[in-house]
Amino acid sequence: MHKFANPARFLRISRMITPWFFILTAVLLVVGLYWGLFIAPEDYQMGSAYRIIFVHVPASYMSMFCYGFMAVASLVGIIWKHPLADQSARAAAPIGAVFTALALFTGSLWGKPMWGTYWIWDARLTSELVLLFLYFGYMAVWEAVDDRVKAARIAAIVAMVGAVNIPIIKFSVDWWNTLHQPASIMKSGGASIHPDMLWPLLISILAFNLYFVTVVLWRIQSLILRRQIRGLQMRIVEGRQNVEGQNHHG
Amino acid sequence: MKNIFFAIFKRDVHIGWSQGSTSSMVVAFFIIVVTLFPLGIGPEQNMLARIAVGVIWVAALLACLLSLDRIFQADFEDGSLDQYALSPLPLELIVLAKALAHWVTTSVPLIIITPLLGILMNMDDDAFMPLIYTMLIGTPALSLIGTIGSSLTVSLRRGGVLLSLLILPLYVPVLIFGVMSVDTLILDMGGNAPFLFLGAFTLFSLAITPWASAAAIRLALD
Repeated sequence: MHKFANPARFLRISRMITPWFFILTAVLLVVGLYWGLFIAPEDYQMGSAYRIIFVHVPASYMSMFCYGFMAVASLVGIIWKHPLADQSARAAAPIGAVFTALALFTGSLWGKPMWGTYWIWDARLTSELVLLFLYFGYMAVWEAVDDRVKAARIAAIVAMVGAVNIPIIKFSVDWWNTLHQPASIMKSGGASIHPDMLWPLLISILAFNLYFVTVVLWRIQSLILRRQIRGLQMRIVEGRQNVEGQNHHG
Repeated sequence: MKNIFFAIFKRDVHIGWSQGSTSSMVVAFFIIVVTLFPLGIGPEQNMLARIAVGVIWVAALLACLLSLDRIFQADFEDGSLDQYALSPLPLELIVLAKALAHWVTTSVPLIIITPLLGILMNMDDDAFMPLIYTMLIGTPALSLIGTIGSSLTVSLRRGGVLLSLLILPLYVPVLIFGVMSVDTLILDMGGNAPFLFLGAFTLFSLAITPWASAAAIRLALD
């Protein structure tokens, strides 16, 4: 693990593997979505409207996966004080937020023909919305703190407090919903899914996962580079000050 | 050790009450927020009775949020927080003393004024005692989680807005279990499970707050 912890080595290796991840993501995404949207059979109840699951399910899965990734990276960052872990958590947050927004967006698009409205206070929609707020809070911490090391520590505490609370929030929202809305409009019996639909879905999920890996690697690279640029700028400014100081004394 | 804990607690309670500002302003805010709801929704009595419990809980949440930045801000600015960090009492317990003081200075006045607001909102007679019970059990969680948020944002400019963004999503379970347990206590149906969960959430907050908050304070003092 520590072999890859050196930022320079990380940059070198990640630059080597990111293109491959990118190609794999693109191929799987095209295969999964084409299979799902054009080849997979129609649902006998929902017709073609169900096809949104090939985007919606991977997106909502990734919205939770990203937060988990963030929480683990934050934990690693706070225990071993490793900048790369902090940067990974930071890099994952906007991606997770976008996946969450995408899950909400596709969910409401699906809700219009199925439930007759873009938004109902369904338990899953509601907890997804709260998750989006948690992402916003986490990202706001990085923006609000100037000192990078301090920002990383504060953000790590925020991520971990959020992570232990997410199951409780989820549980409470589920319960709130069942009490207030006994007869749900959701169709039951979604547990068994035909293999012709399952395979494109799995491929799509894998593609979304690889997309996440690719973009996280890119974002970490750019965060490291940004830091190096700032270091160089500081050095230039210091150099200038030294020269000016010498001239002054001379 | 015990003396330091109670000294800090007493000092914060004293500041909260004596300057007159914090506690009385929070109560005033609480009353005004609740008053706004009938104005926005309309004076229909049945409607008000139906939403009363939820409105009062939401208003209590917001009132609590309003006073959170006071927990550490002044102490951070005048250097008392550095003194606390150097005292023999662990920072974890100091944080707890401050959370307890926050609860006594904000939530307790809110709970005392709640029956009056219940009358304004045409709340069911049966709901008064359950609402007060649930607030007694649930509001400590608001103070405790709020203490984490307050200590995370104490050293930041623009801390206030960030604080609400960080904390409000975490208040969701308190709101849900709080309102729900009033319903179940009135109707006497489904047992008192939500009430127990509300208590469990408060205990859970009690368990995580000292560590998270003390870690954040150490960062702020670095």
